[in-house]
Amino acid sequence: MRKRTVAAVAATAVLAMVASAACSSTEDTTDAGGFNAAVGKIYNESDYKGGTLRFAISEDWDSVDPGDTYYGLSWNLLRLYARSLVMYKSAPGKTGLELTADLAESLGTPSADGLTWTYKLRPGLKFEDGSPITSKDVKYAVMRAIDTTGTLQNGVGIQGGYLQAVLDLPDGAYGPYAAPGVDTTAITTPDDLTIVFHLKQPFSGFDYIAMLPLTAPVPSAKDDGVNYKQHVVSSGPYKFANYEAGKGFTLVRNDQWDPTTDPNRKALPDRYEIKLGVAADDIDNQIASGDLDLDLAGTGVQAAMLSQVLDENNPLHARADNPGSARQWYTSIIERTAPLNDVHCRRAIEYAADRTGYQAAYGGALAGGDISTQALVPPIPGYEKFDLYPAGADNTGDLTKAKEELAQCGKPDGFEITIAYRSDRPKEKAVAEALQQSLGRVGIKLTLLGHPTSGYFGSFTDEFIKTNNIGLATNGWGADWNDGYGFLGAIVDSRLISPGSSNLGVNDPAIDALIDKALAEPDLAKRTAIWTQVDRLVMEGAFILPGVWSKSVTLRSKSAANVFVHEGFGQYDYLAMSVAKPA
Amino acid sequence: MWQIAWSRLRRDKAALAGGVAVILLILGAIFAPWIVKLLGHPPDEFHRELLNANRGYIPTAPFGGMSRDFLFGLEPINGRDLFSRVVYGSRVSLLIAFLATLLSVLIGTVLGVLAGYFGGWVDTVIGRLTDAVLAFPLLLFAIVLVGVIPRSAFGLTGNGLRMAILIFIIGFFNWGYIARIIRGQALSLREREFIDAARSLGARGPYIIFREMMPNLAAPILVYATLLIPTNILFEAGLSFLGVGILPPTPSWGQMLADAVRYYNLPHFILWPGLAIFATVLAFNLFGDGLRDALDPKTR
Repeated sequence: MRKRTVAAVAATAVLAMVASAACSSTEDTTDAGGFNAAVGKIYNESDYKGGTLRFAISEDWDSVDPGDTYYGLSWNLLRLYARSLVMYKSAPGKTGLELTADLAESLGTPSADGLTWTYKLRPGLKFEDGSPITSKDVKYAVMRAIDTTGTLQNGVGIQGGYLQAVLDLPDGAYGPYAAPGVDTTAITTPDDLTIVFHLKQPFSGFDYIAMLPLTAPVPSAKDDGVNYKQHVVSSGPYKFANYEAGKGFTLVRNDQWDPTTDPNRKALPDRYEIKLGVAADDIDNQIASGDLDLDLAGTGVQAAMLSQVLDENNPLHARADNPGSARQWYTSIIERTAPLNDVHCRRAIEYAADRTGYQAAYGGALAGGDISTQALVPPIPGYEKFDLYPAGADNTGDLTKAKEELAQCGKPDGFEITIAYRSDRPKEKAVAEALQQSLGRVGIKLTLLGHPTSGYFGSFTDEFIKTNNIGLATNGWGADWNDGYGFLGAIVDSRLISPGSSNLGVNDPAIDALIDKALAEPDLAKRTAIWTQVDRLVMEGAFILPGVWSKSVTLRSKSAANVFVHEGFGQYDYLAMSVAKPA
Repeated sequence: MWQIAWSRLRRDKAALAGGVAVILLILGAIFAPWIVKLLGHPPDEFHRELLNANRGYIPTAPFGGMSRDFLFGLEPINGRDLFSRVVYGSRVSLLIAFLATLLSVLIGTVLGVLAGYFGGWVDTVIGRLTDAVLAFPLLLFAIVLVGVIPRSAFGLTGNGLRMAILIFIIGFFNWGYIARIIRGQALSLREREFIDAARSLGARGPYIIFREMMPNLAAPILVYATLLIPTNILFEAGLSFLGVGILPPTPSWGQMLADAVRYYNLPHFILWPGLAIFATVLAFNLFGDGLRDALDPKTR
């Protein structure tokens, strides 16, 4: 998921926030559970049915259409109203990373040659209007999400490119918008309950693709492209009661959902009220006071709340959790920009960077995360810890080594480049300032260039990079799913480099060849080993400057039950959370 | 006239206080490196060791780390000296505001005098132009323009280029009010007897404009320039707040405010840059008002 995260926008209404801070009382009489009470276990387990959960977020995300969304928070939330073929188990700890069948009766069955994957739907599935869900609705949903017109441009279908890489799709136009009425042989539906995916080459991780939200069924009669998000037809236990773009929506029970067809959802609350555009600091204060249950962004509390929550003597401390996720904040080193085309100049950056500065910019070990020294992060299979550029005992950089590399690169006195960062993300600005400081110690002079988050990746055209001499760019990436391909696939493949891609600078044919090898490798252990190799090659080539393996400090609702962190999302499990029984 | 004005100004306590504050601010900006050497730390020096890593890198000491060593306390995350940054921030604010005002005054005076002196179609054209500039969505234009400027242009790079562009934007689109006021003054001066006398003695346009009219326009020009400076300071702070001002890490008050918003629970962080903007704008306004009253008591 670029699996994108919503960055909290620095709110402008300072006075309003101070006022609301003053109102939020922090005295707490209930048992708050303690720090990390919802990590690896369920906090306040309950079977109580009913009540309303109140969610809020500081800004809108791309779409609530399951085929047109690429935000982790959105994938987490949409399980309330959309069912894909396969899903993560809704459970705390490592169990959450296991796949289980959702619409399908069981996980996919590959053919002997590995070239087809077959899923059988459960009988008795219905949309919210009572019409049956058939395999054709699933096929339609997949094809619209990868339509060659790119209509649903936000979704993982277009952005991730995974289906295009594995499915045996025809050349030229396909999809219901680009080629209406044209059937495809890449996906076939022998009967209403069976769907078969035909692949170009064996791909043993196909269940992860069946887990993507774009496999949630869409009735073709109700589809109107990007506008479908205004009237999504539910296949899950809740449906939209209203939808106001940019403001919010309400989810209510879907009476056509049959719990006997769905072992993964308890569907305890009666309603969900989701508000958009609430100032991020205000959300923190409302959760603290009990007026809200969740910050949908799921990226942790803001700086002001952070210092209170981390204080052991503050009652809020016992309501905080510190989840990690399969996400890394790092800086891309753009190989195209001279003198970074020389690996030694890139390595000089690796040695000279102050890692503790990177961590401080993200708020320290708890709020930011652990210092990372490689491309992969610990939750991804294939991660093996190594550190090619030891930064000294205090982790502040090895200047001697950095100068040696500079000399080998032919720039003993350093060089000048620009670092781009997202100007509305204060943490990335702090990273840029810290790097300017630490790289300056060996003569690498950085100029800072802020660019708004919207359109950030799209702006990296050759011309933009050249005119601004951009050599570094702050970046962040979360796994689309927790395996090597789901994490590295989209950020280290040089064939993806183009404006809009998250891969800004990893450019090595050897890495590309390994990716292809991993995709075709049917054996899980061998495949995992290949990703370990890729990780090493990325770091040997010094294509990225690792930052932190992301952690966040989050605040638990005062009145919610069944609260736990889902490891697949690195956020609270929005599907399992419910309302505590009123006293 | 200047002596009368000075004697009036001397009796206006508020204006005098404003004037003294303005002089101190200008001296502070000029001598920033020495002041900081004496009372602070370099503005870009990190002091992370004084921050609490377990609380998200906020100052360990109470009151934002305010002490004899760090008069205004420390910035969270990297621990830069707030005092030094506020002092250095005045350089950016004042430099941009002064130069932008100079540009506005130049354009406004020239166009105002031309319109007022010649009248007729010249006045009409300049009048419409002034209307257009006054109706210009300056803030939006500034955000867009600053967003697309390249790394180097006109032989300038980095912050130099940024400053030049900010000065140009703020100055070039702010001459409307000055032009209108000067035009009105020039219009009434043109009909006065001493101008008629000069004209009947054979004086030509340039002589009348420079020798007869300008000395009489000096007072309003000075007054409105003084009142335009605080507006420009606020405008620059606003642009910096929105992230389209001077490039970090060069200290600027607007950017410091923008950073401080996230830390509203650390009041020192927002207080000092906010106070600096407030005091500067107030000082210029007090002084400008006093100057106007002193030079032209009729407008009181």
